[in-house]
Amino acid sequence: MKRASKIYTALIMIFLFAPIAILLVFSFNRAKSLSVFSGFSLYWYRELFRDSETLKAVRNTLILAVSASLISTVMGTAAAVGINKLRNKFLRTALDSVTNIPMINPDIITGISLMLMFVFVGRLFGAATSLSFWTMLIAHITFCLPYVILQVLPKLQQMDKALPEAAMDLGCTPLRAFFKAELPEIMPGVVTGLIMAFTLSLDDFVISYFTAGNGFQTLPIRIYNMTKKTVTPKMYALATIIFFVILTLLLISNLSDDESVRKRREARANKKAAKEAVK
Amino acid sequence: MNKKTRSLIQRMTLTPYSIWAALFIVVPLIFVAYYAFTDNSFRFTFGNITRFFTATSQIDDGESVREVRTYLVIFMRSLKLAVISTFICLLMGYPLAYIMARAKARTQSILLTLIMIPMWMNFLIRTYAWMTILQDTGILNSFLSALHLGRIHIIGTESAVVIGMVYDYFPYMVLPIYSVMAKLDVRLLEAASDLGCPAVSVLRRVIWPLSLPGVLSGVTMVLIPSISTFYISQKLGNGKFFLIGDAIEGQYVANNLHFAAAIAFILMVILLACMALVQKLANRKIIVA
Repeated sequence: MKRASKIYTALIMIFLFAPIAILLVFSFNRAKSLSVFSGFSLYWYRELFRDSETLKAVRNTLILAVSASLISTVMGTAAAVGINKLRNKFLRTALDSVTNIPMINPDIITGISLMLMFVFVGRLFGAATSLSFWTMLIAHITFCLPYVILQVLPKLQQMDKALPEAAMDLGCTPLRAFFKAELPEIMPGVVTGLIMAFTLSLDDFVISYFTAGNGFQTLPIRIYNMTKKTVTPKMYALATIIFFVILTLLLISNLSDDESVRKRREARANKKAAKEAVK
Repeated sequence: MNKKTRSLIQRMTLTPYSIWAALFIVVPLIFVAYYAFTDNSFRFTFGNITRFFTATSQIDDGESVREVRTYLVIFMRSLKLAVISTFICLLMGYPLAYIMARAKARTQSILLTLIMIPMWMNFLIRTYAWMTILQDTGILNSFLSALHLGRIHIIGTESAVVIGMVYDYFPYMVLPIYSVMAKLDVRLLEAASDLGCPAVSVLRRVIWPLSLPGVLSGVTMVLIPSISTFYISQKLGNGKFFLIGDAIEGQYVANNLHFAAAIAFILMVILLACMALVQKLANRKIIVA
């Protein structure tokens, strides 16, 4: 990189990380001030771990993200397989456009639209409040599905079409052929889709805000409610913990990526050596 | 595979998703239209839509009191701030994407991770961090006054909202442009300069047109969330001026579901029309190029 490029990149990184650095530093502040650092303390962390509502929100968020990402991955992978086999052009275009809707619509519209339906149907059955964990789960599955399909579909298109057919010719049932021949081929896409769905669900605020019932609070909604009233460095402690969890996960995934690349390279080298030896 | 098993597989795999998509993607949008065109007792009306275009309120700008169309003003303000933010993101992000795409593979993956880390922090937290930075008693002002540069009042202004939008959505601009540029054939650039094309022209006539698909998706990915946001304007604008997202959220909180639906419906129609237009222009451009 040239000098100017380095300086430019550094400036952007400062812009990106300065706010996060400030969060980190002030989460250890002894006083409540957010501009004067008056000494190191873990006071706000203790406060955070005493806050049972926030801890409950963390648990709720994880429950929701795990169920939404698992369900949307299973349904989305199946849908991708079906869409890939679809020969009817009209149906294909229709399904593709519908799948695109949650991705191009602003979150606020997706949220409002689902909320309106839930409220209407709830009123039809005479329920006072129809918003609950279940409406939120439906909403999360709905906005995760397109991302799963988008990850799996290209992998299916790259796959050798003869693969599942060969498996069936050799006596596999269609179901067995899928699990034995097709699924291992598209697994990278399925895993990426699952991870994407999980993080999207974990991070979502806007759609959750409109579809959440009173009884079920996720972490982003809890943060929203906390920042509505007073400014408290407890939030900073929470942000710091989230930051380090993310950092660790990213580092692990990067390292394992490097590892797998190295292994593949080694395998290729070994194969080459074997070939040479045969010659 | 014989026809029978193929159609069986298709039915088994596609049916759950098709039903789900119809029930939870298509039907809810129909409900938006239904609520937008009905009143509180679900009788058909254009009232909500006309209210959006005709409702007025008074603005006191110190000298005189003016009568303005409330929601049109809000919409134009949202559009203005979103366009400014998108433009700044593009201006800042395009060179970065270019630098990244030209860097060594190792550097590329490090920079990519660095750009994605803030994205993984919840946007509420990111916005909140900026609120404490930009406050009158915040870090920025204590920093400035330590340098004897005076103080600036920025929280509660449109600039603060733009800063928040740029910060929150910046990665969405860089990533698509980067992914297009990383695939760009370097030989094309070499060929252009070998044939005597000056560096600026290589950028303008080769790199820019080829990166256009990435730019377009970056622009949509920044413009759409920033035009419809409501948290950023509440926190960084001190709730002093409303954006279209605030209007929808406000009506939702006030339980005016029909009017909230009407605003959402109008926003959706405008965005879809814009996107169709952009898509059409993009297609033509790409064919010409």
